[in-house]
Amino acid sequence: MKGINIKIRRVFVTAIVLCVFYLLQCTLFPRLTLASVKPNLMLILTASYGFMRGPKDGMLVGFFSGLLMDIQFGGILGFYALLYLLAGYVNGLFEQLYYAEDIKLPLALTGVTEFIYGVVIYLLMFMLRSEFDFLHYLRHIIIPELIYTIVVTLGAYPLLLFINHRLEAEEKRSAGKFV
Amino acid sequence: MKKKNQTSNLNKYLLAGLVLVCILLMFLSVFYSRVTGPFRILANITVIPMQQGMNKAGSLLVDLSENFATLEEARRENQKLQEKIDDLMIENNNLQEEKYELERLRELYKLDQNYAEYEKIGAHVIGMDSGNWFSTFTIDKGSFHGIQKDMNVIAGSGLVGIVTQTGPTWSTVRSIIDDSSNVSGMVLSTSDKCIVRGDLSLINEGKMRFEQMENNDNKVEVGEQIVTSHISDKYVQGILIGYVSEVQVDSNNLTRSGYITPVVDFKNLQEVLVITSTKAQMTGTDTPAQ
Repeated sequence: MKGINIKIRRVFVTAIVLCVFYLLQCTLFPRLTLASVKPNLMLILTASYGFMRGPKDGMLVGFFSGLLMDIQFGGILGFYALLYLLAGYVNGLFEQLYYAEDIKLPLALTGVTEFIYGVVIYLLMFMLRSEFDFLHYLRHIIIPELIYTIVVTLGAYPLLLFINHRLEAEEKRSAGKFV
Repeated sequence: MKKKNQTSNLNKYLLAGLVLVCILLMFLSVFYSRVTGPFRILANITVIPMQQGMNKAGSLLVDLSENFATLEEARRENQKLQEKIDDLMIENNNLQEEKYELERLRELYKLDQNYAEYEKIGAHVIGMDSGNWFSTFTIDKGSFHGIQKDMNVIAGSGLVGIVTQTGPTWSTVRSIIDDSSNVSGMVLSTSDKCIVRGDLSLINEGKMRFEQMENNDNKVEVGEQIVTSHISDKYVQGILIGYVSEVQVDSNNLTRSGYITPVVDFKNLQEVLVITSTKAQMTGTDTPAQ
């Protein structure tokens, strides 16, 4: 019974974190653009849940954050959901390499994910409409967004780590009671 | 070891399942657009109220910080405003003059509709696109307030964009600077038609491209007004898009292209006006099913 309670709490907390990140992404960060580029908080969230909690959580968080974007801003429902879903899954595969104390891997993973995400968006949404000036998009969107996102990761990742630690401590305590 | 394999298998199934869901959703939303309705209602009860709240909280904070402004600042501002009033008076006179000119021009073009009298409804911008690739935003009016897809959105006196989807209390607007936006425009003085394209690589410079303007004897000079044209089936005729900032003859010698500076400041959009009748309704080509 208690185990289910804990599980519900984790889902609830994750949903709130997702909503808060999404709101910040759509309301606050458009006002904090640098070189008219804003960081990609949803990708930070998805990637972090991936390598902190494994493929399953990464996938679900990615799916729902992508779906929110699709509903509100996307043209085709399910497109961003698919991209973020895959991002969450791939980052989840790195769970074994991950140590909470080491911030290099999270930064590197978020950076690489962000870069690939940018290139994929370019390929699917721009190159297919015959906009071939890849270097321009690389210089003005992909790289600035990458740098900004990594900087924001420095602040957002410890926060997510803290929330995760609290939840895990809670889970361990309740598991201990059973035994 | 077995357990581990089991969980990783489970994850693979979940991955495959969710990917299928995504592909199904894409398929459905392309071929049966009605499917997306329930999802919009989902957004309506989750993020939209919070975005509206954030928006209110933001303006409240701004109000608070403004209260801290000292009296001296207020005085200085008063003086500045007084100067501005004088400026505006002059500008107003100019505009009055232009109004008469406009009336003359309208007669000249035999436009039978008066574009100043479009029914409009005001809306706040409550959310901006989450990525850097596209320029869409969300406003706090939706189908409950009579907003429909394809309604034109303006701010000040210029064209901002077009409503691309509506939820119960929110709608998404694609702005004309968005890379996938194409607007049929025309030069106000010569009626030469052109296509005004949003371009991501020009957003930073605050410009847009126009192209496919016929290379005829009509001279198009820098500073001329480009308005929406009468052949567009989505955009209402005669809304100002921007001013020509550069024009050149293309290498094929048949068409001209160049750059436009839009009149709307897309970086600081807060309030917009939605014209509550679509072009299809005005021209009577609207299907009654909508």
